Amino acid sequence: MSTEKIKTTYREAIRAAIRDAMLRDERVFLMGEDVGRYGGCFAVSKGLLDEFGPERIRDTPLSESAFVGAGIGAAMGGARPIVEIMTVNFSLLALDQIVNNAATLLHMSGGQFNVPLVIRMTTGAGRQLAAQHSHSLEGWYAHIPGIKVLTPATLEDARGMLWTALEDPDPVLIFENGMLYNMEGEMAADAGAVDISKAAIRRAGKHISLITYGGTLFKTLQAAEELARDGIDAEVVDLRTLRPLDTATIVDSVTRTHRAVIVDEGWKSGSISAEIMARIMENAFYELDAPVARVCSAEVPMPYPKHLEDAAIPQVTGIVAMARRVVTGHD
Amino acid sequence: MVQRTKKKQPAMDRVHAWHLLREMLRIRRLEEKCVELYTAAKIRGFVHLYIGEEAVAVGTMQALEPEDNIVATYREHGHALARGVSANAIMAEMYGKMEGCSRGRGGSMHLFDAATRFYGGNAIVGGGLPLAVGLALADKIAGRPQVTACFFGEGAVAEGEFHESLNLAALWNLPVVFCCENNLYAMGTALSRSESETDICLKASSFEMPAWPVDGMDVVAVENATRRAATAVRAGGGPHFIEYRTYRFRAHSMYDPELYRDKQEVELWKTRDPISNLVERLKQQNLWQEEDWRRIEAEVAGEIEQSIEFAEAGKWEPVEELTRFVYSEAPTDVQGSKLNVQSPRPTPCTLNREPRTKSARLQRI
Repeated sequence: MSTEKIKTTYREAIRAAIRDAMLRDERVFLMGEDVGRYGGCFAVSKGLLDEFGPERIRDTPLSESAFVGAGIGAAMGGARPIVEIMTVNFSLLALDQIVNNAATLLHMSGGQFNVPLVIRMTTGAGRQLAAQHSHSLEGWYAHIPGIKVLTPATLEDARGMLWTALEDPDPVLIFENGMLYNMEGEMAADAGAVDISKAAIRRAGKHISLITYGGTLFKTLQAAEELARDGIDAEVVDLRTLRPLDTATIVDSVTRTHRAVIVDEGWKSGSISAEIMARIMENAFYELDAPVARVCSAEVPMPYPKHLEDAAIPQVTGIVAMARRVVTGHD
Repeated sequence: MVQRTKKKQPAMDRVHAWHLLREMLRIRRLEEKCVELYTAAKIRGFVHLYIGEEAVAVGTMQALEPEDNIVATYREHGHALARGVSANAIMAEMYGKMEGCSRGRGGSMHLFDAATRFYGGNAIVGGGLPLAVGLALADKIAGRPQVTACFFGEGAVAEGEFHESLNLAALWNLPVVFCCENNLYAMGTALSRSESETDICLKASSFEMPAWPVDGMDVVAVENATRRAATAVRAGGGPHFIEYRTYRFRAHSMYDPELYRDKQEVELWKTRDPISNLVERLKQQNLWQEEDWRRIEAEVAGEIEQSIEFAEAGKWEPVEELTRFVYSEAPTDVQGSKLNVQSPRPTPCTLNREPRTKSARLQRI
């Protein structure tokens, strides 16, 4: 990899990834609501219509089930569609196609029909969009065998996960946290495809493992810096992929630190955070020096006003407090 | 010029007419045997019989090419058989054996076969329509002159996916023949009890696609209508919609006491049995040979018996393979070790911008 760096944003990194995929493989096309003329609800695909034309940057009607299902059919027919759904909440209108078709067809057909489809969607709260645009349901999708669930948080992952997902012979869902689109940073000029099978240690530490992904990664990293000022050296694990979950990296980290807090913008009940706790129990129970704890969203539909939304989702102060309690045994 | 009286039907090609008869008979006899095998607990789960509706599957398949795609429903034994999936593979699938067309994984409701481009028995009502739209989209993008035939019942008309899919197919001018098998009942709910507008073709035509009804009990009419639609679709005419008016003679599934319809109604429809009607027509046109009929009956019975033997002799998939194909497997070499591959294994259909000749198509299939 070259040492040359470029300034970019999470949004631009995804756009670069889409553009790169379109140039590399003529079977790739993008399809979704307002991806073309409008330029994408979150401006991710802005400019791509001019470059690739309406056949490959394909605006769809507001028919989530039909265009997701059409993506599945097109993938089975030899194309490599990228389907964009505006938000995870809207994806529920296509749940039949994702769960009953995309996830089942390969197994149910005895290995005959694979579905090389990529679905991208926005997830997460923080933009005062209230209870039908702000939920974090990626953990729900991680419940389903037959699909893969990616949650890029860094610029490199935003740039690199798409091509790897397109090369995958099976359906891959990519969740982009809406708060990250404007995130700026530097990235290698020749950044490209990345591995999607491993979690990443974003900050090494000795005293506690903070396990998170997506939108809460940066809050967790900030919390780790605050904890460091108190002499608590926190390790931050970025899961990157929620299905298949990289249990080995989680267990390795907890085996080194003997303590863990899971940070997730999803709710606690029946969630991916609960699954991670279960895996720690199954694989590292005797390594633990303290009960595993969680910082998750309050169990409410996401409210509109800023102060209530802030109170509903994980924040740096809450992560710091929980980690401190787990390490010291008191508040 | 020969003057035809109004009542006289057009002369039929003998060989083709007997082919149609034989195909319908294969479905009828296979399914009658399914009932016995279900009672004997050889076949389990849900089994939805097609008896009475055979003309639709047989007639439509005549109008399709080997490279065309088929998307079907959970009442799809007839479609699979008429498409060319062997009775052996279908029967073994219903037994849940590895030799089945879906490796025994799907059962009666989920017959799949890549070789004949049979994209499944879909058991979610309406769930197959978006898939068909996508298959057609891939063909259109790749410039392949293929048609996707999408089967669904009139019950699917009440689903949102029906409306979304017809709109998308029409909007993008996609090569789909929407084949609506209207047997009047969505399980036990009559069309008039579930639709404010019972004219299905009127609904379809509101999406700006040609739509017309055809007598689904007349295999020749079905074939002609489907051929007309498929030809237009293949020529770039965009999606077409045909409503096949048909009737299922048996219960919805094996657990249905049929409280929702009159026995008289069923008996009335049975007088329009597509098989006996074709027999009558052959007799009228002096194309009937009693000994040919007996021979075909015997051959079909033999084929079905053979399929049962095949299924009985089939193997159960080892439990160790339960989780195979949740995700794709990397291709392996002959020693069974994984090959280091850069790209995913090819899907059954490869991209080809050149229209293929028919002989090339047949060779590939």
